[in-house]
Order: sequence, then structure tokens, then C-alpha cells
Amino acid sequence: MIYLDHAATTPLHPEVAAVMYDVMQKCYGNPSTTYTIGREARELLENARKQVADLICAQPEEIIFTSGGTESDFLALWGVVCSHKEQGSKKGRGSHIITSSIEHHAVLNNSANLAKYLDCTVTYLPVDGDGLIDPADVKQAIRSDTTLISIMHANNEIGTIEPIEEIASIAREEGVPFHIDAVQTVGHIPVDVNKLGVDLLSLSGHKFYGPKGVGALYVRQGTPFTSLLQGGGQERGYRSGTENLPGIVGLGKAAVIAQRDMEKEQQRLEKLRDALIKGIEEQIPGARLNGHRTKRLPHNVNFAFPNIEGESLLLGLDLQGIAVSSGSACSTGSEEPSHVLRALGGLPDQYLNGAIRMTLGRSNTEEDITTVIEALATLVKKLNQLFSS
Amino acid sequence: MNSLTKEGICPMYSPKIIEHFQNPRKAGKIPDADGIATIAEGCGDIFRFYVKIRNNRLEKVGYEVKGCPVAIACCSMTATLAEGKSLADAMMITNEVVEKALGGLPPEKKHCSNLAADALYEAIQDYLYKRALAGNTAPAASGDDWRYMYLPRDVPDSKGNRR
Ligand SMILES: Cc1ncc(COP(=O)(O)O)c(C=O)c1O
Ligand code: FES
Repeated sequence: MIYLDHAATTPLHPEVAAVMYDVMQKCYGNPSTTYTIGREARELLENARKQVADLICAQPEEIIFTSGGTESDFLALWGVVCSHKEQGSKKGRGSHIITSSIEHHAVLNNSANLAKYLDCTVTYLPVDGDGLIDPADVKQAIRSDTTLISIMHANNEIGTIEPIEEIASIAREEGVPFHIDAVQTVGHIPVDVNKLGVDLLSLSGHKFYGPKGVGALYVRQGTPFTSLLQGGGQERGYRSGTENLPGIVGLGKAAVIAQRDMEKEQQRLEKLRDALIKGIEEQIPGARLNGHRTKRLPHNVNFAFPNIEGESLLLGLDLQGIAVSSGSACSTGSEEPSHVLRALGGLPDQYLNGAIRMTLGRSNTEEDITTVIEALATLVKKLNQLFSS
Repeated sequence: MNSLTKEGICPMYSPKIIEHFQNPRKAGKIPDADGIATIAEGCGDIFRFYVKIRNNRLEKVGYEVKGCPVAIACCSMTATLAEGKSLADAMMITNEVVEKALGGLPPEKKHCSNLAADALYEAIQDYLYKRALAGNTAPAASGDDWRYMYLPRDVPDSKGNRR
């Protein structure tokens, strides 16, 4: 099988699996207890915290382990908004949230819930044809009651990398906390919370060869943030619940490996990505690249084809042992084209349902790229013959 | 993993759907068709059927389709079932008949992917309508006479079902 859906999830790195297995077998102690095996567990936990912090150039105290990207996004949004509610007018901030129209649903739907349950107002910023947010739009959207800005570092569908540093300097000037969903970037490209200038950051283990169901939220010291998950007071009270130690240790190991191999792997993937883009553009008439050509994740390729449905491409490739993702899944029957593609604007209607995303990873080779281009070109030709106008 | 998905634990696509998707039968337009109809409802998919008619029989059935794998399989199955049949019999091919012939459809696909039989029916109606316009209103000689006349879409069929 040629696996080209690394943005959906990645296989567990064997070194990660090994340490996890070890912990599962040997370290059942609860990190909150103080006898020997508890202390051992605590040491593993704090070691992993340091490893994850190092990957994003943060302090270990600024890392909260969570159950993944979704929970990190949830805690960031609700934690900051509720903190403002707590402090009331003292801070002079209310309940206005700025985000973008191409966010992951973890941010979009949690923003919508904040509007529904806490009377927040939400501004959804538009993007240009490449999926880029204009920092000037952020500046313009900021109001005296703006509580939080939440923008994704890179988009999971089209791979466009947003101008985070510029937005961060605007947020800082205006004194508004700035959260980024970096689930797609952490472990793949350098992420330095200080260089970027962000206050909160979500990351997820299974997107960079770590385990599923574990992630982290970075919260810069001094950021208004309140705890939501109440209980035993783990994670400095910010996220109660006995820690998922095997998962967290696995996440730490994945962070170390990512850091170790990043430069080489990033360059290798960028080369493969560009070869795939070039091959498709040369061999498939009408193919249209979605997302920015250069401000782009090293492993993301997203193309739309006119008058073909993504799901047909997906199945056609799957039947040849190639796993890709289609932009729109008509599982509901109502066939909602992806909100991201729709937000790009200017994408002609006949392209809206015909997007596929191919995301590369460690297992992919140059040979894979050649195979995929050929398979895709043949398939598109075949499906095109089914519909001529 | 393959055995999990192929043995039907994944209910998405029946083996027949996959087979027809991979090898769609009778695809393509018929340039000198006697009847053509297009249905583009639901989710942006397009079903266009062509019929070539001789002696009240579907001598040739063709189609164009833009859609998901299930939509493509439905077109292929519909055309396969219809070609060679009398107009009366072909008009009895409903979406349900096509669904059964494919071994069932994923529930969420039923309403928008399964419109091929409707498109075929409309293509036959198009032929009958054109024939009526040309002044030929006489029922063709056959036991199912009334069926060979143009019927607006919501006229009940012989069982009283409205399409
Ligand atoms: C941008 C982005 N945010 C959040 C998530 C959710 O992460 P998780 O699956 O770890 O909850 C994903 C992954 O699907 C993602 O791509
Ligand atoms: S036609 Fe809507 S999913 Fe097939």
C-alpha cells in the first residue's frame, strides 16, 4: 500500500512503540503517588513534558497534556474566554473571538458553542485564493472587547502556512491572547513559540508518528487561562484526570525523534511534494492546485479536478492500493463541499467536489510518486470519459 | 485490513458496486439518440441518459455521469438492465430495482446517488414526447399500449404508483 494520508494520521514510529510498550508493561504507578513506582512514573511524565516543551522551545511548566488536538483547541478557547468572564470588567475585555473561516472544526464548532452558551460574538476572517489570512484583516477585526484570536498555523486540507508572526505582533500590540492550532505543523517544520510570538498552541501526537489520543496545549506564563476539567488537580489543576502515561511518554519520544530528523525529512518531503505537484500539473489537464504554492506544508498536495467527484478518485486509487483523502465526503448525502475549498472563493463550481489531498510521510519514496502520478492520470482520464460537458 | 473492508464490515460499497464502478458498462453518449434526459438533483451529481429506440425496444442505452462511485455503479447497472428491453419493461425499472441488483446501497447514498433509473425513465419519456410532437399519437401495437404514449412525470403507472 502507498499511504498518502499522513495529515489524517501517521503510523506509530517503531521507537515510540517500543518505549510505550515498556511503560505499559513496567510502569503502572500513578504519577500522583509518592512511593517509588509513583515517583518513577512522575519522572517519566516530567521527562516527556520537557521533551515536548523542547520541540516548540517552551518551558516545561507551560505544557498541559491533553487527549489530543481537539481537546487542546477546546481548552484553549474555553479556558481563555472563561478566564475573561471570571475577571469580568477588570480587564476591560469581553467575549469577542476572532478566528478564520478555514479552521479545523475543533476551533470552528467550539467558537460556535461559545457563541451559543456564553453569548460570545465570533468574527470569521476570510482568506484569499491561496488560503492566506491577511494580518491587516486581523487588526481591523480587533475590538475593545476582543478576548481571543485563534488562527491555525497551517491548514490541514490545503497545507497553506499562515503569517503567524505578523498576526502575533498585532495581537501583542493590542494585548489580545493569541492561540494557534499547530496540529499540522508541530513535528514537521520548526515551531518556536517565542519566535512566533503566540500565547497558546495546540499540538497532537498522532500527526507526527506519536500515539493517538494524546496531545498538548502550550499556555504561555501570564496568559489569562482558567481550568475547566475539574477533579484530582493533575497538570497543575488545568487538566484533571490520571495521566495517560504510556501515551505521554510516546508523545515525548515522538517529539525527540521529530526534532532529530526534522531538517532532513522536511527537505526530502518538500522535494517529493514538488515532484508530485509537477507531475500532476504536467500530465493531467485541468488539474488545479489548491493552497499556496510555496507557503505550504512540506508534505501536503491538494488538487481539484473538474467534473469528477473526489470520492470516485479516492475509491479508484484505493482499489490500486493508494490511500488518499477526498476534500468532501458525501456521507451525509447532502454533499457539503469542504468549507475550506469554499472559503477560497473563485474556485469554479465544477471543481468544488473534485478535490483530493495527498499528504506524504516517512514511508514514501520517489518511486511512490511516479506510481501515484501514473495511477491518478489514468484514473482521471477514465472518469473524464464518463462525463464530457 | 483488506479482509475487514472487503468482507462487508465496512458497509460503504457492496462488491457489485465496486465491480461496476471499476468497469462501468455501456458508458458514453449516443450522438443520434432518440431520447435524452438529465437529472441533476441533490448533491451536484449529474445523471444523463441516452436511449436509441427501435420497434418500441431500447436498442441502445448510454449515459454520462458525474458522481460518486455509487452514482457511477447505478448508471452502469441501470443501462445493463434496460438495454434490449421493451419500453414498457424498461419503464418498470425503478431506483429500487437498481438498488436490489447492486446488492444494496449505503443508506446515506440512497437519495442522491440512486437517480439513474429516473434519468432513464425521463429519457424514454423524452422520446415519447418528441414522437407525440411529431404528430404520432397512436399507441404502438402492444398489450401495454398506454405506456407508449408520452406521460407527464406524475401520472400514476399501472400499479397506481406515482414516480
Ligand atoms: C488542524 C487540526 N486541528 C485539530 C485536529 C484534531 O486533532 P486530534 O485528532 O488529535 O483530536 C486535527 C486533526 O484532525 C487537525 O488537522
Ligand atoms: S450522488 Fe451524492 S453521493 Fe453519490
